[in-house]
Amino acid sequence: MARKLLSGIVALILVAGFIMISGQAMAAEEKKPEQFVGILAYRTGPFAAGGSGFSSGMEDFMALINARGGINGKIMYKWEECETAYNTARGVECYNRFKDKMAYVHPLSTGITYALIPKGTEDKIVIISSGYGRADASDGRVFPWVFTTPTNYWSQNTAKIKWIAMKEGWDGKDMANIGKYLKGLKIANLHIDVPYGQETKPILDSMSEKFGFKVRHFPVPWPGIDQKAQWLDIARRYKADWVINRNWGVSCTIPLKEAARLGFPREKILGVWWCGAEEDAMPAGPAAKGYYSTNFHGVGRDFPIIQEVVDKVYGAMKGNIAFTRVGTVYYNRGFIAGILNHEAILTAQKKFGIKVLTGEEFRWGMENLNVTVERIKEIGAEGLMQPMHNTWQDHEGGGVVFYQQWDGEKWVSTGEVITPMREYVRGLIEKSAAKYAKEKGIKLRTGP
Amino acid sequence: MTFFFEVLVTGLMVGIMYSLVALGFVLIFKASEVFNMAQGAMSLFAGLALVGFLDQYLQLPLWLALLCTVAVMTIWAYAIVFIVLKPLVARPPLMLFMATFGVAYLMEGIGQSIYGTQAKGLNLGIPDTPIVIGGIFMSTFDLFFTGVAAILVIGLVWFFQKTRTGRALRAVSDDHEAALSVGIPLLKAWTITWIVAGVVATVAGVAWGTRLGVQFSLTYIALKSLPVLIIGGLDSIPGAIIAGLIVGAGENLGEVFIGPYVGGGIQTFFPYLLALIVLYFRPYGLFGKEIIERV
Amino acid sequence: MFYRECSNFKDSYASDMAIFPIPLDRWGFIFMLFMAFVVVPLFTSEYFITNIIIPFYCFALAAFGLNVLAGYAGQISIGHAAFMAVGAYASFNLYGRLGLPLVPSILGGGLISAAVGTIFGLPSLRIKGFYLAISTLASQFIIEWVIVHWKWVSGGVFGTIEAPKMFLFGFIPLDTAVKKYYLTLCLMTVLMTFGKNLVRGQLGRNWMAIRDVDFAAEIIGVNLYRDKLIAFAVSTFYAGVAGALICFTYVGAANIEEFNVMVSFAMMGMIIVGGLGTVLGSFLGAGFFVMLPIGINQFLGSFMDVVPADILANIESILFGGLIVFFLIVEPYGMARLWHTIKDKMRLWPFPY
Repeated sequence: MARKLLSGIVALILVAGFIMISGQAMAAEEKKPEQFVGILAYRTGPFAAGGSGFSSGMEDFMALINARGGINGKIMYKWEECETAYNTARGVECYNRFKDKMAYVHPLSTGITYALIPKGTEDKIVIISSGYGRADASDGRVFPWVFTTPTNYWSQNTAKIKWIAMKEGWDGKDMANIGKYLKGLKIANLHIDVPYGQETKPILDSMSEKFGFKVRHFPVPWPGIDQKAQWLDIARRYKADWVINRNWGVSCTIPLKEAARLGFPREKILGVWWCGAEEDAMPAGPAAKGYYSTNFHGVGRDFPIIQEVVDKVYGAMKGNIAFTRVGTVYYNRGFIAGILNHEAILTAQKKFGIKVLTGEEFRWGMENLNVTVERIKEIGAEGLMQPMHNTWQDHEGGGVVFYQQWDGEKWVSTGEVITPMREYVRGLIEKSAAKYAKEKGIKLRTGP
Repeated sequence: MTFFFEVLVTGLMVGIMYSLVALGFVLIFKASEVFNMAQGAMSLFAGLALVGFLDQYLQLPLWLALLCTVAVMTIWAYAIVFIVLKPLVARPPLMLFMATFGVAYLMEGIGQSIYGTQAKGLNLGIPDTPIVIGGIFMSTFDLFFTGVAAILVIGLVWFFQKTRTGRALRAVSDDHEAALSVGIPLLKAWTITWIVAGVVATVAGVAWGTRLGVQFSLTYIALKSLPVLIIGGLDSIPGAIIAGLIVGAGENLGEVFIGPYVGGGIQTFFPYLLALIVLYFRPYGLFGKEIIERV
Repeated sequence: MFYRECSNFKDSYASDMAIFPIPLDRWGFIFMLFMAFVVVPLFTSEYFITNIIIPFYCFALAAFGLNVLAGYAGQISIGHAAFMAVGAYASFNLYGRLGLPLVPSILGGGLISAAVGTIFGLPSLRIKGFYLAISTLASQFIIEWVIVHWKWVSGGVFGTIEAPKMFLFGFIPLDTAVKKYYLTLCLMTVLMTFGKNLVRGQLGRNWMAIRDVDFAAEIIGVNLYRDKLIAFAVSTFYAGVAGALICFTYVGAANIEEFNVMVSFAMMGMIIVGGLGTVLGSFLGAGFFVMLPIGINQFLGSFMDVVPADILANIESILFGGLIVFFLIVEPYGMARLWHTIKDKMRLWPFPY
């Protein structure tokens, strides 16, 4: 047996070596200097829909820029993927694998973001957590290397409450009388019982005190495949007026099914943006019709820049994902992350010259990022992304929240664009960031 | 009080869904003393294959798609028994347990390579609208699957009690060597068990797949059915059903009526607490075969 | 020829009880120590140290802990990752909040984990086999729930902790990878030596008797209850220390999702693939489960341009699953047994009959 095993191992190594050499031979020939991008992806496991869509969207955008001749025509994107399987330890390994080569990274998981924040600060690598991770990282004075551009969870939740008030009849203008419409409303915060899900509990509690609505938190234990008890409670005992669906992966889909089963109107469920993808609503079938979700970018393919990707990248058979998924929510999210990086690079290159950027230079680009409405039009992403304007203090930049509704087959934008309660959120962020700074002994930055 | 009954009834019906998964475990454990970690992956694969036959690759009618799925699961059964288990006959149960762990990785990887990783909807056309009986909301869908589970259990019990093959399988489960010596082919018996388990996994995959969508998370249903197994006994089919009911009702009542006082989210470990209590009084589950050990 | 027992006379009790009675083994061990203490930190990259060797040591420690329980005492636990979480959070609290010195707080994390583990070991007094295995999952889910819900346990933000800056003896900063490596290595070596001696002493023999036939052990005078609980305590102590080390020296943060049930299953895999009831097996199994996925991933990375990434990621799990099955079929008693076979061959080499 042992001999068989040994010869088996030797054969395996030989085959592996051979394939490796031939694989590398194929990946030869390169000329222009390259900006390296390390991608932490998760294409397997329970959250594969999110991970594969996001990273493919970003890669497709970079492929488009390369097809156009590179960044400013001089520098090509070069990227490599590392599979994290949504596992923190593996994510850290991936980060370490790439850290000598890359300037910025999208950790793409709450756990990995938390683990990378101190590391990125030390290694001078920008951590961009678009719409996830620590909300208080929007404070650039405490977290110089972390960006939550364009928005974070806390902003999102204030926008959600504003939206709910609007659905209850508020005109959306006068913040002074918003309380009148919210008073006595019962809101159920259905969240997955992991740190990510709990993150918005404090802000909802604080808003409920401020505006006089009631909020109750319904934790769903991981992985959340069974939420019957929670839903019976929400629909039959607590009798909630509104439900905030703050889940992730499969646990986003179940609430729709359960609501249908109990006859709870789907129009009264509002999802977090990680519960607002095709993959979340589709499996629920007809039960999902009418479900609302937030978002921070547009959906669909009807944008000039995505059309260009369809022509130039998929036309040349260089796409990174099944063609049917182009234009889906996660794909677009990765795509605008690509645009965001690209704009920051362009900004930085204006100051530092056209070259391969380091982490510090890229950070300068992020802090001086100003994507105006005109610029968005120029890119061809009108309606796809929101204007963003970062400063050295404000790492959130954009902050408007879009709304979309599932019509049974696809997501349709409702056209509402709601600005969060920015000063209110900013106050909370600064407070929380100051607490973090005190715990860690971080000195506040006083200038860029 | 209506609310209490509503929770109870809902819980019982979830319990049946757990039992469906647990049945697969029980069948295999009975026949080969293998604690099959790949049960969840089998359900996932069956669900993926069914979606593949139904609308992803081929547009077959439902009955044909189901038949094809069962055929695919049969191929898996043969592959597992002859490639993995055959060389491991008469090894300690832990090794077999680990081997099925590897098989689970294999199945997940192969299934998702063929059918893709994104969640897919599976719609059988069974309406999921509430019907109200005596002030209690019940789902037609759950009722349907309660019926399916009942038929499945009756079928399995009949199969094991009345048919020749079933009796042969029971003999194998009692004592491998004695069964061999009276001329029952062990590998054939195992293959049949794995095929039956594949069928059960298909039913579970369909039942849960229509709820969750067919995606990786289907493998977690195996985790949820583990407390069912130990409460009912690892080798008892009626045990799996009754324990499923206990677990379903227990975790839902616990979450609704105890949960709010302790912060909620207790339904994952609540069944385990129940299981510990049951095991304290009956270390082999409610219906499990007591192993009499001699020096 | 060189590797043999004969002409290796034991003329004192000490040499009779040596861990490595054969000189070549002894030299091999010293060579491995030399490699670990000198060659690895001097000649390998920082990436290799932080991402491969440190987690390898941590998981070897954890796997040894589980091996004490499952391999030596025969009590299967598939909820062991939770005890790593207990260790991580406990030592974080001891060090970061209470201000204990570094090494005592890591070991203290282990002790707290051992206390918790003993409580969760109580069912083992009545339940056996797979029934016990599944009921240990209770510990996994209860501990996860407690850490997420009880704020004073987890500290940090929503159950996520960030490892504080570490100082050895209060003034030597542990900031570079190599320093963290030495901390891990020293703790691991000391604990493993202790563990090896534990399992070959009276307690270890009692455990093995319990594993083989428990009531027979009871008849010959083994105190079943005490020894089973000690097995749980020792085992969860190792898991706790490993968890603390993972939090402090490897990831730098701990999150409850990091110690979920999949990690528990993987640990079970480590000891079975590595070899139940052997110290060597704990290392080999940890190596298999820590290094192999990274290796496969790196290896498949070179096909990025040829094969679609979606399929590549799945090939990873196919290869991994395939290798588990392959190793079990070829050597059902684990990779440690393979070493045994090689040893047997070496005894006769170069003249096998």
